[in-house]
Amino acid sequence: MPEVLLSTATSQPLLQLEGLTRRFKGRTAVDGLSLSVRPGEILGLLGPNGAGKSTTFQVLAGLLSPDAGLVRFEGRELSLSDPSLRRQMGIIFQRSSLDDLLTARENLMLGARLYGLGGERARERVEAMLSLIGLADRGDERVSTWSGGMRRRLELARALVHQPRVLLMDEPTQGLDEAAFRTFWAHLKRLRDSEGLTVLLTTHRADEADVCDRLAVLDAGRLVACDTPQALASRMGGDILSVEAPEPEALAAELRERLGLDAKVVEGRVQVEAPQGHALVPRLVEAFPAGRLTSVALRRPTLADVFLQLTGRALGADVPTAESAPRRRR
Amino acid sequence: MSAELSAAPEPMNTGAPAVSSPPGTLALQWATVRVLMMRDIVRFFRQPSRVVGALAQPVLFWFVIGSGFAGSFRVEGAQGLGYQQFFFPGVVTMVLLFSAIFATITVIEDRKEGFLQAVLAGPGSRLAVVLGKALGSSAIALLQASLFLLLAPLAGVSAATLNVPLLLSVMVLSALALTGMGMSLAWWVRSSAGYHAVMSIVMLPMWVLSGAVFPLKGADTWLAWVMRLNPMRYSVEGVRRALHGAEASVALGASSSSAGLEVPVLVAFAAVFIGLAAFSVSRRE
Repeated sequence: MPEVLLSTATSQPLLQLEGLTRRFKGRTAVDGLSLSVRPGEILGLLGPNGAGKSTTFQVLAGLLSPDAGLVRFEGRELSLSDPSLRRQMGIIFQRSSLDDLLTARENLMLGARLYGLGGERARERVEAMLSLIGLADRGDERVSTWSGGMRRRLELARALVHQPRVLLMDEPTQGLDEAAFRTFWAHLKRLRDSEGLTVLLTTHRADEADVCDRLAVLDAGRLVACDTPQALASRMGGDILSVEAPEPEALAAELRERLGLDAKVVEGRVQVEAPQGHALVPRLVEAFPAGRLTSVALRRPTLADVFLQLTGRALGADVPTAESAPRRRR
Repeated sequence: MSAELSAAPEPMNTGAPAVSSPPGTLALQWATVRVLMMRDIVRFFRQPSRVVGALAQPVLFWFVIGSGFAGSFRVEGAQGLGYQQFFFPGVVTMVLLFSAIFATITVIEDRKEGFLQAVLAGPGSRLAVVLGKALGSSAIALLQASLFLLLAPLAGVSAATLNVPLLLSVMVLSALALTGMGMSLAWWVRSSAGYHAVMSIVMLPMWVLSGAVFPLKGADTWLAWVMRLNPMRYSVEGVRRALHGAEASVALGASSSSAGLEVPVLVAFAAVFIGLAAFSVSRRE
């Protein structure tokens, strides 16, 4: 059943973007983005709102046309509206694409038919997908009554019912709680293996970035890094000291002056990156009288820290020119 | 209703392992048309308030407005034709118009939700999306209009004057044309509120000035010209001729030469607006 796509791991990329550019009224949302997606991998486009992820997604989904650049699928240059390329893609949008008046089974059937699957074949796929997402016994319920996590899993099934080679997702787990997030990803990884999928997704969740095979870090429409989460994290030399204080700005300034540390304020906390974090803790505590520090925490760098270092922006923050809901005007 | 969504007349690679050979481009287009059409029909029946409204509204309109004007309505040469008889074809076209307006509001709503995005990101062309929506809406409109037409005997329609083929073709073409028109407008107006405004300054006046509510004959000269140029006039005149016969139609202001013109004019009307809708929708941003 699974297509063998991983047989030649070093083979050509499945999907390539070359110099993809898209402008909105003078603002360049995606600026000459080049990216290779390898067969079988889960590649995350990481960045805050406004970094150009969603625009990249919409161009690949065929909803926006690029101003420049091209896309290759298996080395062949294809127009993004080419039906043969569209058939190879399964897409999950940020907004629900489920019809609330239809049952889960009907929603899947609709997805199957849209891609030309008919009769027995469509029914087989619908049933298979329902059991793969663990909702086989609830197929006849209308989806309007379902929880956010169940709906997202059904979206996953709808996007994959026609057996695409590439799954494209825009912030797929936004708004899901921790448990629903984990269930979604457990199903996604299983489906990736059983269906031989290649996955490209946008995210600004650090926990989601962590489960990707590779990450493409975007900032202001440009690619600033592309590597595995581990390799990206190891770019940060040491530990992160995170200090809670009543006056974070003043404390950061003092840390820079008195201890010569590279301290900055991130989301209300003073943050210091240092190779020997544990040795720094006593120094810090001794250097400041009681009351100046509320708490001191030591941790390994996360992707959010990496992102901050690469772009100077916090991952969760909105860039002022947010395009989270791009105005789709001429 | 699941049977309708899943019934498949054409066998395609039944039981083929893993990847089936790709369906042809034409098959994909047709699949898109059919999926969208069936979805709208299923949705219609799952909203009981819509079904009730769809049936009650024309009857109410016909009785209330029809009775209100009954006393003051007199057209020379159309003796024996009261206002309720006159207004009946007008209500039939109103059903078609309202159904088209409703369908196009769902386009705006779907577009905001992910559903339409998912369809547009699929392999079907945008013309297929437009046709699917237009056919779904037309099917609902026809169903509504047909039910209302069961009251035709009460409107003095006799078997002698009834012309079923003309009636059906005028209704189908009008439904397609009006949905196409609604959709080309809806695509540029991005909110339901904005669309309501467009609807009330474009589509409703079109209906009022089509000869549905008052006859062309006796209208002011300038108004008569507006009415003559209104393509919806051919829907009303077509339905009227199909129900009451050519004689009554002419007495109410249809030029005798326009008999037989309704279908070709409506074919052009439908083609232009479905084409325009497809063009609007196919402009990738």
